[in-house]
Amino acid sequence: MKIYLMEICQALLFLILSPLLAGWIKTIKCVLQNRRPPSIFQAYRNLIKLFLKQVIVPQEASWIFRFTPYLIFSVVVLLSFIVPLIIANVSSSSAYFSLGDVIVLVGLLALGRFFLVLSGLDIGTTFGGMGSSREMMISSLAEPSTLLVFFTLAIIASSTNLSYIVGHFATSQFIFRPSFIFALLALCMITLAETGRIPLDNPTTHLELTMVHEAMILEYSGRYLGLIEWSAQIKLMIYFVLISNIFFPWGIATDLAWHSLAISFLLIIIKLAICGVVLAVTEMSTAKLRLFKAPNFLSLAFVLCLLAIFSHVILGVG
Amino acid sequence: MLFFNIVIVGLFFAVLSALLPFFIPARWSLLSKLTHFSLLGLAGLALVMSGFLTLIMKSSLYLTLSPLSISFIKASLHLDPLSGFFLCLIGIITIAIAFYGPSYLKGYENSKYSLKAMFFFTGLFLVSMSLVVLANDLFSFMFSWELMSLTSYFLVMSHYEEAETRKAGLVYLLMAHLSGLCILFAFGILVKFGNGFDFQSMQAAHLPIIWANLAFILAFLGFGMKSGLVPLHVWLPRAHPVAPSHISALMSGVMIKIAVYGFIRFNFSLIGQLHWQWGIIVLFIGSISAVLGVLYALMQHNLKQLLAYHSVENIGIIFIGLGLAILFICKGYPMLGALAMIAALYHSLNHAVFKSLLFLGAGSIYQSTHEHDLNLMGGLIQRMPQIAFFFLIGCVSISALPPFNGFVSEWLTFQAFLQVPLIRSNTVRFIVPIAAAMLALTGALAAACFAKVYGITFLGKPRTDRVAEACESGIMMRFSLGLLALFCLLLGILPTFLIRWINTIPMSLLNVGLAPNNLNHWLWITPIDPNVSSYSALLVFIGVIIICVVSWIVLRPLQHSFSFKKVTAWDCGFGGLNKRMQYTATAFAMPIRRVFKNIWTVEELKTNEDEPKNKIVVRDMSTYELHVQDNIWLYIYEPIQTVVDKISKLVSYLQQGNIRVYLAYSFFTLLLLLLVVL
Repeated sequence: MKIYLMEICQALLFLILSPLLAGWIKTIKCVLQNRRPPSIFQAYRNLIKLFLKQVIVPQEASWIFRFTPYLIFSVVVLLSFIVPLIIANVSSSSAYFSLGDVIVLVGLLALGRFFLVLSGLDIGTTFGGMGSSREMMISSLAEPSTLLVFFTLAIIASSTNLSYIVGHFATSQFIFRPSFIFALLALCMITLAETGRIPLDNPTTHLELTMVHEAMILEYSGRYLGLIEWSAQIKLMIYFVLISNIFFPWGIATDLAWHSLAISFLLIIIKLAICGVVLAVTEMSTAKLRLFKAPNFLSLAFVLCLLAIFSHVILGVG
Repeated sequence: MLFFNIVIVGLFFAVLSALLPFFIPARWSLLSKLTHFSLLGLAGLALVMSGFLTLIMKSSLYLTLSPLSISFIKASLHLDPLSGFFLCLIGIITIAIAFYGPSYLKGYENSKYSLKAMFFFTGLFLVSMSLVVLANDLFSFMFSWELMSLTSYFLVMSHYEEAETRKAGLVYLLMAHLSGLCILFAFGILVKFGNGFDFQSMQAAHLPIIWANLAFILAFLGFGMKSGLVPLHVWLPRAHPVAPSHISALMSGVMIKIAVYGFIRFNFSLIGQLHWQWGIIVLFIGSISAVLGVLYALMQHNLKQLLAYHSVENIGIIFIGLGLAILFICKGYPMLGALAMIAALYHSLNHAVFKSLLFLGAGSIYQSTHEHDLNLMGGLIQRMPQIAFFFLIGCVSISALPPFNGFVSEWLTFQAFLQVPLIRSNTVRFIVPIAAAMLALTGALAAACFAKVYGITFLGKPRTDRVAEACESGIMMRFSLGLLALFCLLLGILPTFLIRWINTIPMSLLNVGLAPNNLNHWLWITPIDPNVSSYSALLVFIGVIIICVVSWIVLRPLQHSFSFKKVTAWDCGFGGLNKRMQYTATAFAMPIRRVFKNIWTVEELKTNEDEPKNKIVVRDMSTYELHVQDNIWLYIYEPIQTVVDKISKLVSYLQQGNIRVYLAYSFFTLLLLLLVVL
């Protein structure tokens, strides 16, 4: 029973911490650009502002346009139940059932994206269609890589259950695996693609020719926009947590003792902060790719995934 | 025997539905329609009942039809869980069509096309498909198989006056017979070594390895051609779209599954010893079909053609499952083989349900807009809200998104994939991750394709006037679509029950199924072990709903006024966004076309007519045409066609049309024969 309670706490942590992470990345970027950063809590204020504003909806919009923000939000919240944040694989308890595994995670993200793409087409503008079309190109190339990365990890841990994967890496003795390096690199590249970051997309741009994610949500306002932005922040945090907890699982709690939970919590905050710095530096030091260079970037990620899975399966390391 | 009696009653209803309309005068067309479809529905109900009972009672029954037996050939039928499952599949779709048909065929009442002929062939089509599944010997199998091919050919030819239909019909007829021939030879090998025409003696046969390989290749060719595997798929995107929509649903949803049935029956029950290399072949062809099917579909903008290409994709996914099953069984993991087989069977049922839903939806759209071209539609969600809702469920299901049914079968297939590293063979370990990657790519591209379909058809502004004036379909049609959409949801959120029922099929074929204690959780699917993987579709579904509702309620009091303001969308200040500024289906798929540009032969024709330079207002005189061709047709079938053409031209030199020449032919032939005889 306790473990399910912990899952709810983790989901709440995701909800609360994700705007802070977004604020942290923004702060780092500002510092790197020699600008004075806004308060680190600015993201919360933005969300509250959006939630209080009146909603303006384009005339052509159908119920899909109004339903999508709620759906996307519920998808990422549901995912935050699946992704282990501070606790993984409590082996002592009897058979523990997860809501879903990594394949469900990828599937649910795809569900959210599907509806976002539909709502981009729903309003009948050029921008909406443009964003949707590009998003679909990028994601249809990124999604197979995501699955393959998780397959590599699932084969090593012989489980697709995220909590077990993380628990496996946290408790088993550290072995240097070449497949790990490839998988880590690929997952980082996918994170950039899936969360709409430079070099594939730019969350701060509103230039016609370069928008992808922003073009789709251009017509959203008020609480709808608030929900979508919050979901994007949670999604970014989910990817960060996946990277840090799978590849650097040190210190994650594997039992329900208070002190291990506290250490695990502190460590994940530090890990997330480091991830944020790495992302900010990456974004600062690269330029956005032309849209049709994106497939090259994504196929590199795909090749890395294949290398990861082959180097594990054929070399049989670990 | 009870189950058999129900089947016989069902078949009897189907025959009646074919024949009774002939006895109803032409002016009572409504009565004949109702008679036909209600009898068809009853037949479907009987098939579902008997199939379902067989599946849950795990019974295997045999019936010898002595009156139909000719000397040494004894026609006999059997009803085991595998047949029962496919009877269910046939029945469910038939029931949906029975509700859909009467109002769909309204447009046919005063047309030149004969409804009675269509009814006759539909009834016989249903009978023949059920008989294929029930057949227990070569004679009845081939008879019903050929009957199925012929009746479906006549159904494809329903709109015989269109040149395109006739061309499609010819291609279909040719390939259907080629496949029939391959299957006949494949069975012939089994008959030769088994000394008997019934399936039991075939099972007892011991085949030398060469003959076993040959039988497998022939069967794979035959059943693969009929189910539409690449590169034998070319008939499918031609024949399925030209038939009336309810027939397309039957063909795409059910008939190609009958070929899957044939493949399963042949390989897992009749041929005896399997070989792992076959698994690799099936897996390879399956994944190629899946990826190419979805890529070809992406480039289509004719709705029904697009759906037909998606059948190629889904058949590919089914065969991926079957290939994995062969691999696991040969390498000594029968339980995982059972898992892969369950995934394939589950996907067969899922595909039948959502593909029929989508084809029937396409029919509804056509009925109210008279359009098949996506680029001319738009905004239908405002005009046909209910159809739009059901169609959305179909799109989400086919794109393999949770919590709907397509996701469950893909999840199961992936679970089977992830157990492959258990197999100690480098070839397998090398091939299988690539196949898994291709399956993953297929899923992602399918989502892109159906985002395109739904977004362009139902959302945005209407692109033509006719589409702007579309109206909702009749209530029975909506009911039929709603029924199928409900099935999509139920199969998606309550998969554990179905998996438990399907589990009897590998139990009866391979004597092994999933571990019983993994089938006990009704809320979670845990095919291998709860620690390895678990997925609770119902909880995901409920979770999404709860979070949606909670976030809606929480955010409600925060806003100033509940009513939101409706304004025109942002037009960059230039004013007047119009329907032609929207993205079209072609534009939507353009980035993907550019990424995978070598898959198709793309022909772009741009004409720029010169206009006087000094004119201030330049009228739009330029045209743009885009032709995207299936490379396989271009590089495999067209050369064959040219060769056949050349040979027939050569033959035509013999045909001078002069009676004396023909007399000379007969004379010399006679002489030659006399020489031989003497």
